[in-house]
Amino acid sequence: MQQPLIFNVQKFSTHDGPGIRTTIFFKGCPIRCQWCHNAESQKFTAERMLDKNGVPQLIGRTYEIDELVKLVAQDQLFYDQSGGGVTFSGGEVMAQPLPYLLALAQGIKRRGIHLAIDTCGVVPQKNLAAILPYADLFLYDLKFIDSQLHQRYTGAGNEKVLDNLKFLSDQGAVIDLRLILLKDLNDTEEMLQRTLAWVQENQIRIARVSLLPYHDFGRDKYRKLGRECTQNFAVPTDERLAAIKAAWEQRGVPVKIGG
Amino acid sequence: MTLSAVAPTYRRGSTERIKNLREISEKQYQPSISMERAVLLTEAYQKWEGKVSAPVLRGLSFKYMMERRTLYLERHGIIVGEKGERPWAAPTFPELCCHTMADFANMNDREHVFFKVSAEDRRIQEETIIPYWHDRALMTRMNQLLPEEWHKLFDAGLYTEFLMQRGPGHTVADGKIYQTGYLDFMARIDAELAQIDYLGDQRALQRRDELQGMRLVCEGMIILGQRYAEKARTLAATETDPQWRQELLELAEVCDQVPAHAPQTFRQAVQMYWFTHIGVTSEMNNWDAYSPGKLDQHLEPFYDADLAAGRLTRDEAKEILEDLWIQFNNQPAPPKVGITLKESATYTDFCNLNTGALRPDGTSGVSEVSYLILEVMDEMKLLQPSSNVQISKKSPEHFLKEALKVSRKGWGQPAFYSSEAIIQELMNLGKSLDDARDSGIASGCVETGCAGKEAYVLTGYLNIPKIFELVLNRGFDAYTQQQVGLDLGDPTTFTSYQELYDAFQKQMKYVVDVKVAGNNLIERMYMDQMPVPLLSVITDDCIKQGIDYNAGGARYNTSYIQCVGVATITDSLVAIKKNVFEDQTVTMAEILAACQADFAGHEATFDLVYNQTPKYGNDDDYADRVLVTVSHTLQDVIAGRKTPKGSRTVVEFLPTTCHVYFGQVMQASPNGRHAGIPLPDGISPEKGADRQGPTAVVKSAAKLDQLKTGGALLNQKFTPAVVAGEQGLANLASLIRGYFAMDGHHIQFNVIDKATLLDAQAHPEDYEDLIVRVAGYSDYFNNLDRALQDEIIQRTSQEFA
Repeated sequence: MQQPLIFNVQKFSTHDGPGIRTTIFFKGCPIRCQWCHNAESQKFTAERMLDKNGVPQLIGRTYEIDELVKLVAQDQLFYDQSGGGVTFSGGEVMAQPLPYLLALAQGIKRRGIHLAIDTCGVVPQKNLAAILPYADLFLYDLKFIDSQLHQRYTGAGNEKVLDNLKFLSDQGAVIDLRLILLKDLNDTEEMLQRTLAWVQENQIRIARVSLLPYHDFGRDKYRKLGRECTQNFAVPTDERLAAIKAAWEQRGVPVKIGG
Repeated sequence: MTLSAVAPTYRRGSTERIKNLREISEKQYQPSISMERAVLLTEAYQKWEGKVSAPVLRGLSFKYMMERRTLYLERHGIIVGEKGERPWAAPTFPELCCHTMADFANMNDREHVFFKVSAEDRRIQEETIIPYWHDRALMTRMNQLLPEEWHKLFDAGLYTEFLMQRGPGHTVADGKIYQTGYLDFMARIDAELAQIDYLGDQRALQRRDELQGMRLVCEGMIILGQRYAEKARTLAATETDPQWRQELLELAEVCDQVPAHAPQTFRQAVQMYWFTHIGVTSEMNNWDAYSPGKLDQHLEPFYDADLAAGRLTRDEAKEILEDLWIQFNNQPAPPKVGITLKESATYTDFCNLNTGALRPDGTSGVSEVSYLILEVMDEMKLLQPSSNVQISKKSPEHFLKEALKVSRKGWGQPAFYSSEAIIQELMNLGKSLDDARDSGIASGCVETGCAGKEAYVLTGYLNIPKIFELVLNRGFDAYTQQQVGLDLGDPTTFTSYQELYDAFQKQMKYVVDVKVAGNNLIERMYMDQMPVPLLSVITDDCIKQGIDYNAGGARYNTSYIQCVGVATITDSLVAIKKNVFEDQTVTMAEILAACQADFAGHEATFDLVYNQTPKYGNDDDYADRVLVTVSHTLQDVIAGRKTPKGSRTVVEFLPTTCHVYFGQVMQASPNGRHAGIPLPDGISPEKGADRQGPTAVVKSAAKLDQLKTGGALLNQKFTPAVVAGEQGLANLASLIRGYFAMDGHHIQFNVIDKATLLDAQAHPEDYEDLIVRVAGYSDYFNNLDRALQDEIIQRTSQEFA
């Protein structure tokens, strides 16, 4: 079975779904968001990155499925206490070898651990359909309601994103919609209204909205990978965040600022 | 984070009265020596020494002091009683440790934990105290009696000795003083005296002497209350401020009731505790203090009755408690010098509260008073009393979260203890379930005990990784440059890990044998020469047995040996087991050379042992199995040794500040810990070794069988972001519940960002009020010496969110 690369297994992860979680970060992503704060997550191949002492370390390794299930099951007591579990994140998890993902998901679900899938949506629908029986929650990114802007800032249009979102909603998946917010780009009143209209028109059922204001903490990682960081985005104002929060809440959707 | 969130001001308190008292406490007084106790004690001993038995001499001396001591009374204060003649004045105990003039100069001049000594104090010490006490002091005689091998290991920092400058004690009150006045205690003593069988009881005379000593201290306690009542009435007679005059008359009535009689109201109950506290801590420097334990449960009936009768409001009760907090804070621990100062460098007197503990019937003890106490600790943000909570399966989530809300503000209090762990630890040591539930407390720092029923004595810290260092150096100590341990052969000739481990075990047995032999000698001196009749009166079953607290009169007796550096020894053994004997990636000779050179010029070896080797604290079974083996060895070698008064030795994992001192006397360790760097505190992982976050740390820590110990301290440092919001609170709560579900004993949190601490170090003047959790207690950051400050900054800050 083809094994994907994983660049981090992070315990006591508290911003990737409810409760205390372990997040598995898969390496490799089909799109290139210009604000990406995990530069080492983008390539599907292993690469060297400087550690805090300036020593190059190889990023990305494989795990046997049993090994990984055991590793994440170490914290099951804390998942039980906190209503937490395991999150597959990336990179883009749903762009990884499907048989491996399904076997891993099965192993985790056999132990009764809550599983969340963090996805950008630019993935084959059949992959989502396959993982659906094991996923308790989708952390689903919606970056731009406007396909041209999506294309410009991520390298891909948003047709698949919207189509897959509708598919998951129709299938009854529990969806936490995650909106990365960039000042004057997708936090405007116009974008907000277009998003709300699309959601209503397509009868998308959303359990919760998470507003993720842009931050630039990941800039240094580009340097450590020997790349240039060209990010030039601004953080939304508190007023805009409040307005966006209020608009969703008005429609009965709980909103959280931050992951 | 804003500093105001962590820093108390000089005017904290929920009422104007408390704000004023707090300001007086902090601005008008500074830590100083009080000579009054030493002078009165000397007069009493000159009068009676050699004429009466030891318990009667101690009883007479206590009564003599209570009859003559200065009574300090702060204007608009509610709770009265000080150890010295004014707030922040620390009495000395020359019968234990007779300070030299150099000690006095050191106390006065040292930068941290100083005590001001006046010219008059020096004159008294030189002319009166030293001539009488120097040769009589227990410490002087102890040093002469202890054998050479004991001194060699002591000087090399293999262990410390708790009972050299301080006596046994460090214990906790149960509920009996809230139902029993000192007149009632006297009646019980008289009944026992009347029953002595002089014909059949071979201990009849000893029994009589012990009981007479106990009777005398009861008289002393009653005199203290009466004198305060008289003083308040005398002041009231000439007072022109009608409010203060009225308050003085009310105070006089309180002191008419307690401590002679059992308290009838909330205020009287608090005053009863405080008089007892002052009495116990004046009688003896009982390492160090006395603690109210389950104060919420003790006060709850008085609170309920007073509120129902309309005698008291919630706010008034809070004000009384806030004043009690100020009284605690006004009593620094008695001054220490030398190694004792290094192992415990703080003003903190280790008074410990156990809020929210289980009731005697095993149900949750969380009450309105528990929440009141949480509010008071949050409002006052004082070092003392050390305010902790007990959490059980039965604790309401709301109580846990309210406690966490206070704790995450970043000053380390309250710390969290598991009720279930405490009860099982006590039962493992032979206590009944009833006694364990009724009196199960964590006192002082983290050690478990049975309040009001047990003498559980801390005897000293044991430097576990240094025992291993001796093995590697064939018993030669680099710090003192002499042979102090056994030569168990050249480690480079060892052919297996087991051979190395056996040598470690042998060396440990040698060091512990010497330590316990010393303990026994010291314990015998206290048994025969230093009774504590007051502590005996209030500890079951000393009156009934007619035996002193220090001589085995308590219902239960335990001698703790506090093991320090378990993470360092685990990681060091793992480094050699894996790299030298299994993978053979490095030789023993290279490890020894690297440690000698503090890894300078041995970078590859350092990288191997520091970065490429499994470490305790990561939920990694390879490393954690070694920890478990070490803990079994500690149990085998240390636990269950009999002592002269019928006690048994018990393993415990508590460092206070001793991990800093123990690190200073050590070379570099095979796990990559550099020479002189502090050891990790309690069972916390080695600095920088825990790389998998807090859940992995507590999983590793729980593999240690804590229920077979007397407690283990675990420190977790978070940056504010991790614990912010409702989610942060819920995650912390889950972390605690998870740890306690695995039988963890204690966990505490420091929530301060590194930048704040670095800034505080650079600009101490801006951070006078910054409180951090050290180990089992909190202290002002500025009171810590540089090494300890560095250590707190370096402790892994968990930034995993």
